[in-house]
Amino acid sequence: MINFLLLPILIPFATAIILMFAPKKITFQRTVSMIGLIAATVASFTLIQRVHTLGIQVVTFGNWPEPFGITIVADMMATILVTTSIVIALFTVWYSFRSIGIEREQFFYYPGVLLMITGVNGAFLTGDIFNLFVFFEVLLMASYLLSVIGGEKKQLKESIKYILVNVVSSALFVITVALLYSVVGTLNMADISVKIAEIGQPGIITTIGVLFLIVFGLKAAIFPLFFWLPSSYAAPPIPVIALFGALLTKVGVYAITRTYTLFFVHDIAFTHTLLLVLSCLTILAGCIGALSTFNVKNIIIYNVVIAVGVILFGVAQMNEEGLMGAMFYITHDMLIKAALFFLVGIIVVITGTANLKKMGGLIKTFPVLGWTYLIAAFGLAGIPPLSGFIGKMLIVKGGLEAGNIWSSLWILLSSLVVLLSVIRIFIYAFWGEEKTIVPLAERKSYKALLIPSVLLVAITVFYGVGAEWITPYMQDAVDVLIDPSVYTDAVLKE
Amino acid sequence: MEVVMAFVIGFLFMAAVYLILSKSILRIIIGTSLLSHGAHLLILTMGGLDGEAPPVLADGVTNMADPLPQALILTAIVISFGVTAFFLVLAYRAYQELGTDNMDEIRGKLSDD
Repeated sequence: MINFLLLPILIPFATAIILMFAPKKITFQRTVSMIGLIAATVASFTLIQRVHTLGIQVVTFGNWPEPFGITIVADMMATILVTTSIVIALFTVWYSFRSIGIEREQFFYYPGVLLMITGVNGAFLTGDIFNLFVFFEVLLMASYLLSVIGGEKKQLKESIKYILVNVVSSALFVITVALLYSVVGTLNMADISVKIAEIGQPGIITTIGVLFLIVFGLKAAIFPLFFWLPSSYAAPPIPVIALFGALLTKVGVYAITRTYTLFFVHDIAFTHTLLLVLSCLTILAGCIGALSTFNVKNIIIYNVVIAVGVILFGVAQMNEEGLMGAMFYITHDMLIKAALFFLVGIIVVITGTANLKKMGGLIKTFPVLGWTYLIAAFGLAGIPPLSGFIGKMLIVKGGLEAGNIWSSLWILLSSLVVLLSVIRIFIYAFWGEEKTIVPLAERKSYKALLIPSVLLVAITVFYGVGAEWITPYMQDAVDVLIDPSVYTDAVLKE
Repeated sequence: MEVVMAFVIGFLFMAAVYLILSKSILRIIIGTSLLSHGAHLLILTMGGLDGEAPPVLADGVTNMADPLPQALILTAIVISFGVTAFFLVLAYRAYQELGTDNMDEIRGKLSDD
């Protein structure tokens, strides 16, 4: 079936449309969105197997010859990210049942989530630069809805800024695409790659490369462009933050990775050094932020910024280890960030506050939550055999191989800061003397929230322990990233 | 012709940046509209302005305008229209709830609670 690779986009989209017919029927909303996401999960895992056995899957709409129609390309990197985002959406929807509140559920919350997943998956799978812009807008518009849904004062304040930043970055994206079109005269990503290779990346293409870095850096929150992220992500309810923190910035990271491994590979000394410096500064900014606050949500939010820096550091190396590490780390980070936001959300429900100084002694009453959180925290910091280890190890190895010794040491040091920032939550919230907790009647949802969180942490543990089984798939992804001709040959069928 | 367009687009971007940096939400939204106008004109200009006939198949027409940028603009216009509508309603709601349209007064800070 040649259209199989469209299913991860089409299933969430169709489900969202069905859900819009009966917004007030909560059981219907929950059941249909779960069924849709489970179907999408099955489809995306099947797609991974197909890409692994048959190679890169390509379909061009309307049977047009290759550079002329819109192409959807499922290489291993895109497929792995699609699968991860669908799994995260599945768990978030499950977690939302007891945490998002009935008013929001009745006001198009689940359609919003599913449309965002449509946009995210489309952005991962598309092979056309303008189509990438359109899918960015699909996911951004759904994220505007999710960030403001409920209409609290704080959400209204922060949504205005969030939308403004994204409107400006979208306009920049259009401008950059226009400039690129005037130079190479095509929009198909494989064709652009071939055309740039033919003209050997003159200065104007490098300029466009830096413009793309600004555009996608605004979405991904890299160093000078991360200013909007901490306050915008702090406003919406926890499941929405989990979705945003796990998926949205990673789409920007994916787009940077794709353009910097497919288009702008002929002047690495400039473009990739810039990326390297910016990623190190991103890590620095995130570390300072993560240590600066006593708000549990904000600590994890700043860790999102750190992780973006670490992944882009791996991409900036442009060698096999660095890219392999970046692939391992981006998947790990999507899973673990969602899990950490879930766990932190439970802590906030139990204690009724997000301030660490007002918590304490939870380990006696909630041991399962405490130990699960500790495992997730160790996983985030990259303690072997947990999930963050192999990615960071390969990234550092790639950095050392490329001769960037000091910045590689900087990555290792940042792991200590990450560990310190999340262990602080453990020490303040779970140790010490017991402080007031919300009475049982108001937090009946504890068990219902704990089950998806524990399962997601279990998946990350499995991801870390089972790295050997995952490596062949990651190898497929890196083969495409390291050699653009694999991608262009598959799409243009030369 | 392209040079004239470049100056016009540059002026639109300048005005947009100036308006976006102002304090009132409505001025900011006007700024984002000007920004998208500039971006759309830029696509049109970057596609080349040398075609004479509209891109419609007819007998004897050889020198058509490039149809691709026009399709891109059409898409981008609809998208920015949707986003602007959402943004305007959000500004209206924010004015109702917060009682101000001054960006200084709706500044948020990361609180510890």
